Amino acid sequence: MKYNSVFDIIGPVMIGPSSSHTAGAARIGKAARTLFGKSPKWAKIYLYESFAKTYKGHGTDFALAGGLLGFETDDTRMSNALNIAKERDFYIEFIEDSAAVDHPNTARIVLGNETDTLELVGVSIGGGKVEITELNGFELRLSGNHPAILIMHNDRFGAIASVTTILAKHQINIGHMEVNRKDVGKEALMVIEVDQNVDDDVLHELDNAEHIIQISKIVS
Amino acid sequence: MFRTVKELVEIAENENILISEVMIRQEMEVKEKTREEIYGEMEKNLQVMENAIEDALKGVESVTGLTGGDAVLIQNYMKEKTPLSGNLLLDAVSKAMGTNEVNAAMGTICATPTAGSAGCVPGTLFAVKNQLHPTREQMIRYLFTAGAFGFVVANNAFISGAAGGCQAEVGSAGAMASAAIVEMAGGTPQQSAEAFAMTLKNMLGLVCDPVAGLVEVPCVKRNAGGSSLAIVSADMALAGVTSRIPCDEVIGAMYRIGKQMPSSLRETGEGGLADTPTGRFLKDKLFGITS
Repeated sequence: MKYNSVFDIIGPVMIGPSSSHTAGAARIGKAARTLFGKSPKWAKIYLYESFAKTYKGHGTDFALAGGLLGFETDDTRMSNALNIAKERDFYIEFIEDSAAVDHPNTARIVLGNETDTLELVGVSIGGGKVEITELNGFELRLSGNHPAILIMHNDRFGAIASVTTILAKHQINIGHMEVNRKDVGKEALMVIEVDQNVDDDVLHELDNAEHIIQISKIVS
Repeated sequence: MFRTVKELVEIAENENILISEVMIRQEMEVKEKTREEIYGEMEKNLQVMENAIEDALKGVESVTGLTGGDAVLIQNYMKEKTPLSGNLLLDAVSKAMGTNEVNAAMGTICATPTAGSAGCVPGTLFAVKNQLHPTREQMIRYLFTAGAFGFVVANNAFISGAAGGCQAEVGSAGAMASAAIVEMAGGTPQQSAEAFAMTLKNMLGLVCDPVAGLVEVPCVKRNAGGSSLAIVSADMALAGVTSRIPCDEVIGAMYRIGKQMPSSLRETGEGGLADTPTGRFLKDKLFGITS
């Protein structure tokens, strides 16, 4: 089920005016910021369908910016987020894209700093709830209902085993897991939904495991 | 975990508990939290709703100037005249519109289930409160009952205007409020379901056509419609009126209608009221001719 909590329905507490276009947009931005793991210096944001048509009126632009700055949906600085980004030399560009997408409220965010970039597609499905459907070209279904670990790794035998062994050692139960790769032997993405939030020392251990390129986590 | 209204009502009847209690127990199980933690979280939402209404009744105005101040106009009218539709109903209308005026003015609100439809549930709650005199706990339960029904809609249809039109937003919100009013007034779980069905039936087909794409016109006044319908349906259900089409089938109809709606009528600001001469004029005035 897409929605698993009463607080998806009665909530979130947020700055108006739209749960899909403002609160949801902020959460997509925040997810991108969290997965990037540091402050981005620039972002290109592609908006589709309803997002593209109405983003100015709904404040989708400042909400995405607010999320990228790490703001929660009820942060009162939200409507000023574009100015705050400018003050912090964080350059954001919005592009209205007319391509067809599965869901009307879709945003593609490409963000980066001097050395790294990250690309993510987020969908605002209603009432402030979002799903991340693509990360760095990999399709995924991240509901945000549970904490998750995202692991970029090389497509080699033993990569998955080394990760699950570490999780088992720390008695962390896996609720859902998917593995996606671009091609045989190339980069791959492991998405692991777990039952409880994972400590940083476990992440550090995972980061040092064989064939692992990059680790990030999402707290539910 | 309940998936349908039928299952929700069955659990409540079999265990002889309220709809709100079914929702609370499910939330405790899913989130592995105590009753106190979940109550605390909902109490915060209730406080946000109460504060938003307070702000609205002091008078607010949106950045564009398109909305604001109507909640106050209605309150003044109620003091000076005898409203034809009755004080309770008009109080709910005023507080529902007020909540959405605060939302349009980029104030802090609680989405129920969305921001554009955030007026119906709190508007009715803080109006019905003056007649039913609930405890704070019963007011929190009101939100769990509304949430239980919204939970079914969100998982079987949609709750956003972009996905299913205004019927999915204000339709759901008004229907959720109906069900919660019935429980607070002492009705049965089945009567809550009947009230929900009757409100949503009257909202079927309602499109999402915001002028200039803003959550202002007609959203604020649609919350007036949703909240008044919520009270009327609740009274009908409490009187023993039932819906010939079962609640879950009404939700199914809402889903299929939403699927058939063209994108111009799903929160793109392109069709309906947005595409009237005045709607287009306002958009041009606010954003310039090029947009």
